[in-house]
Amino acid sequence: MEVTITVNGTAVTRDVEPRMLLVHFVRDELGLTGTHWACDTTNCGACTLWVDDTPVKSCTMLAVMADGHTVRTVEDLDTGGQLNPLQEGFMQEHGLQCGFCTPGMLMTGQWLLDRDPDPDEATIREAISGNLCRCTGYENIVRAVRWAAEHGNGEAEATDDDASADVETSDEVTA
Amino acid sequence: MTTTDNPPQSDTEADTTEVPLSDAGNPIGFGRMLRKEDARFLRGQGNYVDDVRLPGMLTGVILRAPMAHARINSIDTSAAEAVDGVHAVLTGETLEGVGLSWMPTLSNDTQSVLVTDKVRFQGQEVAFVIADDEYIAQDAAQRIVVDYEPLPAVADAKQALADDAPLIRDDVEGRTDNKIYDWEAGNKDETDRAFADADVVVRQEMLYPRTHPAPMETCGSVAHMDPVTGKLVIWTTTQAPHAHRTLYALVAGLPEHKIQVISPDIGGGFGNKVGIYPGYVCSVVGSIVTGKPVKWMEDRAGNLMSTSFARDYHMTGEIASTADGTITGLRVDVLADHGAFNGVAQPTKYPAGFFHIFTGSYDYGAAHCNVRAVYTNKAPGGVAYACSFRITEAVYLVERMVDCLADELDMDPAELRMKNLLQPEQFPYTTPTGWEYDSGDYPRALQKALDMAGYEALRDEQADVRAAYDNGESTMLMGIGLSFFTEGVGAGPRKHMDILGLGMADGCELRIHPTGKAILRISVQSQGQGHETTFAQIVSQELGIPPEDIEVVHGDTDNTPFGLGTYGSRSTPVSGAAAAVVSHRIRDKARIIAATALECDPDDLEWEPGRWFVRGAPEQGQTIQETAFAAHGSLELPEGVEGHLDAQTVYNPPNLTYPFGAYICVTDVDTATGEVKVRRFIAVDDCGPRINPMIVEGQVHGGLADGIGMALMEVMAFDRDGNHLGGSFMDYLLPTSMECPSWELGETVTPSPHHPIGVKGVGESATVGSPPAVVNSVLDAIGVRHADMPLTPAAVWRAMQGSPLRTDLAIE
Repeated sequence: MEVTITVNGTAVTRDVEPRMLLVHFVRDELGLTGTHWACDTTNCGACTLWVDDTPVKSCTMLAVMADGHTVRTVEDLDTGGQLNPLQEGFMQEHGLQCGFCTPGMLMTGQWLLDRDPDPDEATIREAISGNLCRCTGYENIVRAVRWAAEHGNGEAEATDDDASADVETSDEVTA
Repeated sequence: MTTTDNPPQSDTEADTTEVPLSDAGNPIGFGRMLRKEDARFLRGQGNYVDDVRLPGMLTGVILRAPMAHARINSIDTSAAEAVDGVHAVLTGETLEGVGLSWMPTLSNDTQSVLVTDKVRFQGQEVAFVIADDEYIAQDAAQRIVVDYEPLPAVADAKQALADDAPLIRDDVEGRTDNKIYDWEAGNKDETDRAFADADVVVRQEMLYPRTHPAPMETCGSVAHMDPVTGKLVIWTTTQAPHAHRTLYALVAGLPEHKIQVISPDIGGGFGNKVGIYPGYVCSVVGSIVTGKPVKWMEDRAGNLMSTSFARDYHMTGEIASTADGTITGLRVDVLADHGAFNGVAQPTKYPAGFFHIFTGSYDYGAAHCNVRAVYTNKAPGGVAYACSFRITEAVYLVERMVDCLADELDMDPAELRMKNLLQPEQFPYTTPTGWEYDSGDYPRALQKALDMAGYEALRDEQADVRAAYDNGESTMLMGIGLSFFTEGVGAGPRKHMDILGLGMADGCELRIHPTGKAILRISVQSQGQGHETTFAQIVSQELGIPPEDIEVVHGDTDNTPFGLGTYGSRSTPVSGAAAAVVSHRIRDKARIIAATALECDPDDLEWEPGRWFVRGAPEQGQTIQETAFAAHGSLELPEGVEGHLDAQTVYNPPNLTYPFGAYICVTDVDTATGEVKVRRFIAVDDCGPRINPMIVEGQVHGGLADGIGMALMEVMAFDRDGNHLGGSFMDYLLPTSMECPSWELGETVTPSPHHPIGVKGVGESATVGSPPAVVNSVLDAIGVRHADMPLTPAAVWRAMQGSPLRTDLAIE
């Protein structure tokens, strides 16, 4: 069945089986392998991407359910190769080790920051509680989100270096 | 082994001296440095096995057994083969035809690849379907008809040796029971005497339940046998690419030089990715059969049900002491559940891994352990989940027993530990079971943890909380739990340690390019540890080359020297030493070349980071970059000195390194619900000098979360028929950000005297050390001497009602 989904700003049309999972659609049909698969049961969040600006665990959503909708993946976070503040925060605060949960964490974290540019620790912990990480013990992920809040994400003191922070309006296409 | 340096001797608090920075702002040498790896991971540009895509690639899926013990009368694959898009269906019979239906395990046992006779655990691999994509393969797998004849299962290790227990390994000629081995360490007579003379003896039974490393990335492989060149390339999730290559050569009879194992980015390992799994072998055979690349990625249920588990140790400990709390002896009897095949990954000489380090961090002369291992109808494996070859179980045993003794003596557990800890002047210290601890200052680490925690104030607060509870004003109780651990990492000396005959030494090659940039090739394999960063820092520290100018190559057997890989926290102690040794060799050679260029005697030169200069005339010198160019140029070198600036080594560690630490966990327990909340966790770790403190702290954070997971949530439960009750993350619970507190870390620095740069491993310290701290804390709160992990609300409740022990079959 034919679907048209706007992925990272570009409309793509594909003929897919009705049972194809969204995670397989972005990974196998579009080659966007930044979105990972890890559990099958919506528990771990490694497959988190956005559907219409809301984080969704794409291992339990069918691609056909995204027909006519927009999807955003981790590949769309940076701008012209420059990391956005949250990505930079993950690097600065060592918020990743093996990197497998990272794309999902970033998509959840970015969603939080776009709604709450200055979240406290408890808010961050609750927001990422649907994303599992086996390496970091979460501490540095929390710090990474805080780093982004303090360095140019949303309303906080944007500088020239942080100009790429305005990810919401980014029309960069990486699909 | 050749080293030109003595390790640093400063063993005081962390060195905070300023490190010189490179033009890129990185420390030249040790220090906090952002990771090189992050740039690709943060952009979704990592290259994990599941991201590998080759032209014409097919996908294989495994059909798994639905029951734990069953004879297979027949398998009919015809309907599956008839499905459009299916290229082949492999069964045990197919593999038998090419001699690959069974394979050796890492413990010299054999393991079924695809079942030929009978199923021995639920989830065992029965058939492998290769199709155009996973959807088709899954459809076809459901069309395979298997005639199973159920057999009674052994799900409880304690029943494995019963007279009427079903024989699990009837494939082994002459075998009549389910016993794998009986092994002991220590001095039994001396220990018995210590117990006979003791004022106090405390005995406690405990189970370290079966858990699973559950890395976020499951296991998988992409195999491509090129029919023209005869070369087999396997992209695979392995922590030990070189060991895998050799095993493929041995198992499949393929020439080793025609096998290339590539371990690209690995999404976490924790010991889960040490062994070879049937799926890997099936993807290889599948590629040979179809002539195309074949990918296999297991699903989560397959990962949890069939791949290397951890623990499953039934332990009975006894601790002896004088009336005033001087520990005089420890003995332990263990029943070890190894599952259906003995697939434990550990040095050959030590069937129970390093469990006999169970004497821990204390000073007493008498200790003895006996470990009996049995087959059960459960998945094989057994050394995994950051356990340092079973030191996790050992530390849990001793740290629980010390708390049990404190309870018996009505002594403060901190005081009891402080009284019995080894003293700094006792190092190097030989334990009653033969380990030689290299260095340590244990009282200082414990004192630091107590100070950070504000121990006295916590005890005062606890008394107030207890008073309110006793008065009926609150349902809450508060617990303070301690643990002190000694790890042994960096396996290991070749004469003592090998896996399947392969010595545990690691190679390393360093090449300085003409312009002074460098490439370092290492045998170990990162699964998130950040080797591309820290190994560059080691070379940078020793040669003064900026770390951004050093490329670290790993995870490709065609492009790295042989070595046994990354597990047991061995990368830094073994390969890190190798990287230091090759750097020293480069430095020594650079000295000769620089002296030639400067027309002086090499003995007249002095080293400063990045440069040899003439003693007394510091302006006359040559940077390592200038020397590198000269080494590749027309400079006439002394006789016997070759051009270029390369070095290689194979590092055979003289001993393990012994990191240690003191942990304190503060919990709040709601007695009305049994719910435990970890309020604080204080962790003081000593792993010697820290190459990159940021990465060390990250490793500790992760291990502490593991400890909370094991202590409070994680368990692989089975019912009496051997049905696995934790085959998804809905049942096998991992800690989230909500269960983890904000960790409070501290450090002391005691260098290893035998490591070329004094460093010790740290990757598993926190996983080893934290579970007993959490358990001790919860039990301290509820006033129960012992209860088995995981301390779920139901388990806490039961413990308070007088039923503290788990069995294999407990269902929660």
